[in-house]
Amino acid sequence: MDKPIRVLIAKPGLDGHDRGAKVIVRALRDAGFEVIYTGIRQTPEMIATAAMQEDVDAVGLSLLSGAHLTLFPEVVKKLRKAGLKDVLVFGGGIIPDEDVPALKKAGVSRVFGPGTSLQSIVDYLNESLKVAR
Amino acid sequence: MPAKNDPADLIRRVRRGEHAAASRALSLVVDEDSSAEALAKDFFKSSGSAQKIGVCGPPGAGKSTLTGRLISHYRSLKEKVGVLMVDPSSSISGGAFLGDRLRIMEHATDPGVFIRSLGSRGMIGGLTHSIFGAIHVLEALGCARIMIETVGTGQDEVDIASVADTVLYVTTPAMGDEIQAMKAGAMEVADVFVVNKADLAGGDKAVADLKGALSLGMPGAQAARYAGHHGAAAVRAAAAAAVAAPAWDPPVVPATALSGEGVEELARRIEAHGAHLRESGEGRERLKHQHATELRFWLQRRVLQTALGRVTDKNLEELLAHKTDPSSLGRKLLKA
Repeated sequence: MDKPIRVLIAKPGLDGHDRGAKVIVRALRDAGFEVIYTGIRQTPEMIATAAMQEDVDAVGLSLLSGAHLTLFPEVVKKLRKAGLKDVLVFGGGIIPDEDVPALKKAGVSRVFGPGTSLQSIVDYLNESLKVAR
Repeated sequence: MPAKNDPADLIRRVRRGEHAAASRALSLVVDEDSSAEALAKDFFKSSGSAQKIGVCGPPGAGKSTLTGRLISHYRSLKEKVGVLMVDPSSSISGGAFLGDRLRIMEHATDPGVFIRSLGSRGMIGGLTHSIFGAIHVLEALGCARIMIETVGTGQDEVDIASVADTVLYVTTPAMGDEIQAMKAGAMEVADVFVVNKADLAGGDKAVADLKGALSLGMPGAQAARYAGHHGAAAVRAAAAAAVAAPAWDPPVVPATALSGEGVEELARRIEAHGAHLRESGEGRERLKHQHATELRFWLQRRVLQTALGRVTDKNLEELLAHKTDPSSLGRKLLKA
């Protein structure tokens, strides 16, 4: 049996706008992924622990509050601290283009802005994770 | 430095209590990786070391929230808790939305709690094929209690009774009258009934209806769960022995998981059932029955995969041409 790719979708920090995260969850489910969603207002520690216990292949972070430059790198740091060296981290939300290089440098492999097609996210994960496995 | 998935290293680290190792071991077991058998062989030695608490009931009854409350209770006693939460996999895409974890995020960073979400991956009945393997990993990790939450399927999820030591059936007011409660299925296999959301209108009536329906049966009738659906004589004998054990009459506990009301009482009943299992000898019979079920799961999967793997297009053409029939062909495939 093909093992499904496992992805954690998480919303760090103080941001209750979870429509986008839920749309991603649904799209990934329909594309054959096992998706874990931990809800809103998560600390980086909570996200890292969940990712470790669920042994996910990727963590998707959604944030619309503007605190991505603080929170995304912090999540990556906590993930690495939890021993998750290979977990792919990607992000989305309201994130200005000029912030993307800093996020990439911090270990966020890809940032998907508003208007991204769901298929391109599915394709990106499939391509990145098939190779890694 | 040992390889990432080296079984001996993983086993050592799981037995030391390392969550990251348990997490990886769970993946290998659930994905039926080639190294899974070596792991399972070792972890099986720990089987029976924890109280396995099954939580079943219809979707939205509050199983996850109630599970969260029970975790808090066990953590206040400093017990290590493992949690397996099964949610349905899509029959269309194979994907799954595993959303139970969200309800118990208050325990997210507690090092004494290990939570894992599982997709049902094609199995009906509220569980997943690899549930036993997953349980053994958590037993080897040193969990004193293992909570197993089933897919919320409701009426027919009886497999949990062959997996857990103590089965909770969670229902809510307005789920139907006593006629519903008299039906066969999940109602027959529960050891403790919970009327959750008991603060809602109709809570008292739901408790009374359940108690009324349960009182219609013979004392200890719930223990007769083992009889019937297994073929082999040895399994039937185990079932008969379990029936002969002294009676346990399932209590009905009203609770409000959201506020925590009734959870203390529920925990007491679960504890009492655990004591009943130990003292009556029923616990041993249940464990034996669980092992028989684990063997059945393994055989079903292995035999099916082996036989199906032998089916050729030529076979199917022969069926089309009526040169053979499914049972003759099936026999041949099993012998090959």
